[in-house]
Amino acid sequence: MTFQDMIRRLELYWSAQGCVLQQPYDVEVGAGTMAPATFLRALGPEPWKVAYVQPSRRPADARYGENPNRVFLHHQYQVILKPSPEDVVEIYLGSLTDALGIDPVEHDIRFVEDNWEAPTLGAWGTGWEVWLDGMEITQFTYFQQVGGIDTRPVSAEITYGLERLCMYLQDVDNVFDLAWTPDVTYGEIQRQFEVEHSKYGFELADVRTLNLLFDTYEAEAKRGLDAGVVLPAYDYVLKCSHIFNLLDSRGALGVSERTAFIARVRALARACAEAYVRKRESLGFPLMAAFGVRSEQAEAERQKAEPQGGGASSG
Amino acid sequence: MDETARACDSRDAVLEIGAEEIPARFLPGALEHIGREGARLLSEERVAYRAAKALGTPRRLVLYVEGVAPVGPPLVREVRGPAYSVAFDAAGNPTRAAEGFARSRGVRVEDLVTREEPKGRFVYAVSQEPGRPAKEALGSAFLRLITGMSFPKSMRWGDREFRFARPIRWILALFGDEVVPFEVDGIRSNRLSSGHRFLTKGMLEVTKAEDYIEALRAAYCVVDQRERREAISRGAAEAAKAVGGRIVEDASLLEELTFLAEHPVPLVGRFDPDLLRLPREVIVTPMRDHQRYFPVEDEAGRLMPAFVAIRDGLSSHLDAVRRGNERVLAARLQDARFFYEEDTKVPLDRYIEGLTGIIFHEQLGTMLDKTRRIEELAVDIAGKLDIPDAVRAVVKRAARLCKADLVTHMVKEFPELQGVMGSEYARLSGEAGDVAHAIFEHYLPRFAGDRLPESRAGIALALADKMDTVAGFFGIGIQPSGSEDPYALRRQIAGIVSILLERKVSVPLSWLAFRSASLFEKAGALKLPPEEVSEAILDFVRQRLRATFIDRGIRYDLVDAALGAGFDDVPDALLRAEALASASGTEEFWRAVTGYTRASRIAGTEDRGEVDESLLDEPAEKALFAAYTDAQDKVAAMVKRRDYPGALAAMAALADPIDVFFRDVLVMAEDEPRRRNRLALLARVAGLSRGIADLSRVVQAEAT
Repeated sequence: MTFQDMIRRLELYWSAQGCVLQQPYDVEVGAGTMAPATFLRALGPEPWKVAYVQPSRRPADARYGENPNRVFLHHQYQVILKPSPEDVVEIYLGSLTDALGIDPVEHDIRFVEDNWEAPTLGAWGTGWEVWLDGMEITQFTYFQQVGGIDTRPVSAEITYGLERLCMYLQDVDNVFDLAWTPDVTYGEIQRQFEVEHSKYGFELADVRTLNLLFDTYEAEAKRGLDAGVVLPAYDYVLKCSHIFNLLDSRGALGVSERTAFIARVRALARACAEAYVRKRESLGFPLMAAFGVRSEQAEAERQKAEPQGGGASSG
Repeated sequence: MDETARACDSRDAVLEIGAEEIPARFLPGALEHIGREGARLLSEERVAYRAAKALGTPRRLVLYVEGVAPVGPPLVREVRGPAYSVAFDAAGNPTRAAEGFARSRGVRVEDLVTREEPKGRFVYAVSQEPGRPAKEALGSAFLRLITGMSFPKSMRWGDREFRFARPIRWILALFGDEVVPFEVDGIRSNRLSSGHRFLTKGMLEVTKAEDYIEALRAAYCVVDQRERREAISRGAAEAAKAVGGRIVEDASLLEELTFLAEHPVPLVGRFDPDLLRLPREVIVTPMRDHQRYFPVEDEAGRLMPAFVAIRDGLSSHLDAVRRGNERVLAARLQDARFFYEEDTKVPLDRYIEGLTGIIFHEQLGTMLDKTRRIEELAVDIAGKLDIPDAVRAVVKRAARLCKADLVTHMVKEFPELQGVMGSEYARLSGEAGDVAHAIFEHYLPRFAGDRLPESRAGIALALADKMDTVAGFFGIGIQPSGSEDPYALRRQIAGIVSILLERKVSVPLSWLAFRSASLFEKAGALKLPPEEVSEAILDFVRQRLRATFIDRGIRYDLVDAALGAGFDDVPDALLRAEALASASGTEEFWRAVTGYTRASRIAGTEDRGEVDESLLDEPAEKALFAAYTDAQDKVAAMVKRRDYPGALAAMAALADPIDVFFRDVLVMAEDEPRRRNRLALLARVAGLSRGIADLSRVVQAEAT
């Protein structure tokens, strides 16, 4: 199974589960969680079902294309189910068995406690790392709070690490050896990107410029918020977060500076979260009725599956 | 109904809370709660049963109740009414008060019962409520058990407000073959369970409670945790034996693995023997902490290139699982090798400056600041302990290096290797063996019951590091309170106490706390004056010492008496407490305690000046003065030698003279000089115990 084939199969599977298939967000992010399709949509009462690939940039993980497991940019497959369905774990496992052909009887699939927390986003949740034969392939989280706001309803977030999962499926030990297609390897496509971004991040990035950019993006985010345009404002928050990551990996931040930067990003993220909920409310929560057919169906199925009432079967 | 009939009719009952995978670390506590609360609620709801036990796996919490009678015990209610004299007139006829009371309790007047009580005769209404049907009572108990559960961290899911460790997906509740009906947040109890997630399909119908455990076993779930623990323990040992080794035993890993699988099966994996050149802890840590494998060692205790993993599933198809696990471990160990090689490219002391980038606490500066304080404090401690100059040089060097490993790749990746790597890297950097060892030892003890530092340098460094942490946090107003202790300061204090006690270190505590606080003050980091910081620390130390001494079997009042005379020298306080404990077996001791406390009550223990012999005229006071003079020198000499049993025995010799004195002599004599002289004598006598024990703390009523 090639890298792109694996993605295609996941797309088909989650599409069949009623998810909106979105495309990768076009602003740099460190994780699929940060894309508006997760961070903002998880807020408020509107239901939501989405799946998308998210290229994720982590400057500190850059290794000049030389480490078999770590890269500057990796790909996540991100799924949000809101509210989290009763059978969400079974639905997820279906993606491993039905879409990817992993037979759980022949493997060892485990749910090991891991509670996700993102201080820069004012967000946390409970969940697991999902292990496949000892390797973490998915992060599974029930969001409890996002942008400092309690989530009601609770979303389930499923994040696959695509490189790792594919390395397992293709039985290769080096990410650059992955077959993206039968003819082209991951390394052939990504290596130059990795080498150059490593060199830029660790050696070239101009600290003064980055600091200026951070200040500028921060100001622009605030301006957007003041003017009531939440989504453009949030884009600039994402840019701030990415600049912060670059500064951090460049080793340019002292301890107190670092803490201060995190606080600045968090304050913006919270402000966006609050503004977003207000905005959706003023719009009458337009998605409130969406996914309704699907939910009713699930409800019907649940009732069907429900046993014939307690006590009725007494002997 | 007689007992035999009841036994025949009794059935088992079972409650199974089916959930998504509950964190392994929650389960021991959750099962403890279910066992304890289950028993309490069953009796509160008046369920008659033989035995109840808590069982569980990651996906189910179970209360299994054996021998439940179909009907619970009747409830006898007794309510006290008016006094007999009010309820009945002189002729013994019920009054209106009696009638009203009987009516309000729903009994007939002629059924009222009279009881004799210390305060007089009263009438009682006795009513008997029949026992509750078991099904109904079980339902109430089960519901309350579920809604009353709490976890270290709980969560909401879907659009519910209910909280649990992880989402509840089903509830099975059976009494014999009947469903015990109830509902938790819309989830209705039933007879449906779910077997192993991957080895069975769909829900599993359980016909009767008595079948539950075996039905689950057939569905590849071993519900009883003891059985799983035993299977893992035995299986892992056999697996290791098959490759010619033995597992490195680890009770907490075994516990975690027990709660990570419903159907555990061991398997052996291998790794590149070349990686064995890495330090042992570097290999063992990723295996144990990250992958939950048992390391395997040979008979001589040398690591072998193998591990035992526990799979949740069948013992077939092990190859893919083994290969996957081997690959993950290989990647981790190769990472570790990379870190090791990178880290050792420069000597350890080159990492020290990097400590400016690691914060200790926002208000307390960086780890480099901490290192500097530790160095100063540890060298001072060494001075107090009369440590030879050569060892002092070791203390100084080790103090400077002790936190440097926090900057290395290896410790950033595996924080639990702090100290271990510092020691290893120090050795490789050509530092003296004593220095390397002290670096490792300064983190000891890392948890309750852990080993303690052995070397003098390690002891000085460990005390300095721990006191620095405590003084710093106390100094900015962060103290443990109740269950709140986010910086684990109690553990640091407990560590200090263990080291002082076990290693018999007599460094003055008040000096240590004050000196440490002063170092923060110098940097302008304190919010409180160092005197207050030191006082607050000593208060915590006293609580810790008190608990420790009581744990050692010393009566609490004797502990208080010993600590009441000071604990600046901690090992000395223990000696005094132990001496009190052993002396408390003798009758003289108790008589002496009576005498001394009487003397100190009248005269206090403060010096009231010399006793004027010429003013002593009663024989009893002359005798007491003679006995005191004799004892005084003996006690002083013995205290100097720390012979506290001897000192207490010498003091006990005054028991008789004190008794006679109080019998024969009027302390508050009319004659002022005589009165003052007698008070001076008593104050001297009472003062004998100073520095040994505050005898007024001894509770005499409990004398044995």
